[in-house]
Amino acid sequence: MTDVRVGYYPGCSLQGSSRDFAESLHAVAKALSIDLVEIPEWNCCGASSGHMLDHLLSVALPVNVLLKAKKAGLPQVMAPCAACYNRLATASHEIATSPATKAQVESVLQTSIDKLPRVLNVIELLAQVSERIAPKVTKKFEQTVACYYGCLLVRPAKVTGFDRTEDPVEMDKLVAAVGGKTIDWNFKTECCGASFSISRSSVVGRLGARIMQDAVKRQAEAIVVACPMCHSNLDLRRGEINQQLEHKTDIPVLFITQVIGLALGLPKKKLGLGRHFVPVKFPPRPLAPPAVQ
Amino acid sequence: MSSHHESSSAHPSLAARLEKEGEVSVADCYQCGKCTAGCPAAEEMDVAPSQVLRLLQTETPKHEDRALKSLSIWMCIGCETCVTRCPQEVDLPRAMDFLRQEALARNVANQDADDVVAFHKAFLNSVERAGRLFELGMVGEYKLRTGHFFKDMGIAPTMFFKGKLGLFPHGGANKREVADIFARARAVKKESKV
Ligand code: SF4
Ligand code: SF4
Repeated sequence: MTDVRVGYYPGCSLQGSSRDFAESLHAVAKALSIDLVEIPEWNCCGASSGHMLDHLLSVALPVNVLLKAKKAGLPQVMAPCAACYNRLATASHEIATSPATKAQVESVLQTSIDKLPRVLNVIELLAQVSERIAPKVTKKFEQTVACYYGCLLVRPAKVTGFDRTEDPVEMDKLVAAVGGKTIDWNFKTECCGASFSISRSSVVGRLGARIMQDAVKRQAEAIVVACPMCHSNLDLRRGEINQQLEHKTDIPVLFITQVIGLALGLPKKKLGLGRHFVPVKFPPRPLAPPAVQ
Repeated sequence: MSSHHESSSAHPSLAARLEKEGEVSVADCYQCGKCTAGCPAAEEMDVAPSQVLRLLQTETPKHEDRALKSLSIWMCIGCETCVTRCPQEVDLPRAMDFLRQEALARNVANQDADDVVAFHKAFLNSVERAGRLFELGMVGEYKLRTGHFFKDMGIAPTMFFKGKLGLFPHGGANKREVADIFARARAVKKESKV
């Protein structure tokens, strides 16, 4: 299998509160022969706070990252954090469509900007190598799950150009490739409250409660995400969520890379499964009759 | 759609500036309310998202002031749902960014949003200092700014023991370079105002 080489932008949360995402991503990438080349000296993209308080910085910071990737000879950059992915893609889009912003960013970064590397999210990267996944499955992931995409992977369509905006399916396909079942539900792309986790955790509790309630009602045994903020808002903030729910829920929240890693038979520790707030466990299954070969 | 902006050129209206600086045409909004209907934060807002645009459409200082002092601009999460669904493709999240920045520049931000403003400032300060976000340092500054010392004390130990809370800032970024980007961005903005 030839290595797929791709620029890697970890972003700040994968170094800190979302180490489980980073660990599982690296384990799965290795198993699938994806070579993640970390962008040298990458800086923070500014995330939500950047675009909320300072538009120019919110474009300049991500473009600086993309220029470093280009200099390192990386035509594609994958950002596992959906918020980083969105900021990198938005910045790139603004450079391509707004000459005024481009000129300002050029004077901030003191360089001229032409073609920037392509920005990918983790689902797009895994989809590129999807045919490698199924043959490597050693232990089917036989759970029924709700794939939760949130806001920033899919919106706005003109920037991300990824999947169907209101009913995306690419993550569902990956889960199906490792033997899982996904539910049809209403909250695939509803917002979890994102960066309000610290300043307004009540908002996160209210929004998270609606998401969890629909998933549980439709018999999901876990939520699968591809974003550190979605993960922490539904996992770490489960206390606030349960306060708003009539029936408390303890279904776990997994990163898509953890789901694939489990199916590939990778050790739980390598997948960071012990770092979750809500323990990762599934209801025991009734013993199935032996399969007829 | 061409819009004719009422205010004199000495004080262009917010709508005129949004069109020029943000490439958002406030006049394109025909007040269908679809943005408000799908907004996850509408319940927390004092002025609905579509009404924020309506306030700008009149181009009167009184209405602009109402928009700038609204809590709504700080409760917007930036989830991009509204612009995705808007039949006129009005970039409302971009308008919200613009209004937040203008409210801070004029020092009229709604005080009920002090904690939200403090969070974003603490975040950017952390990045300006280290080139990357240092989560614990950011939360520390946020607590100092807001006085919310005991909030989240419950989850912090669990985060720590699960290895989710780093005690030290991350190296690896080019600090100097990032500090220069922040400094030059300030200078470029100042220049474009005169
Ligand atoms: S959806 Fe668009 S046109 Fe309708 S009220 Fe909102 S911004 Fe205006
Ligand atoms: S971007 Fe802001 S205004 Fe638009 S739907 Fe999301 S929270 Fe509401």
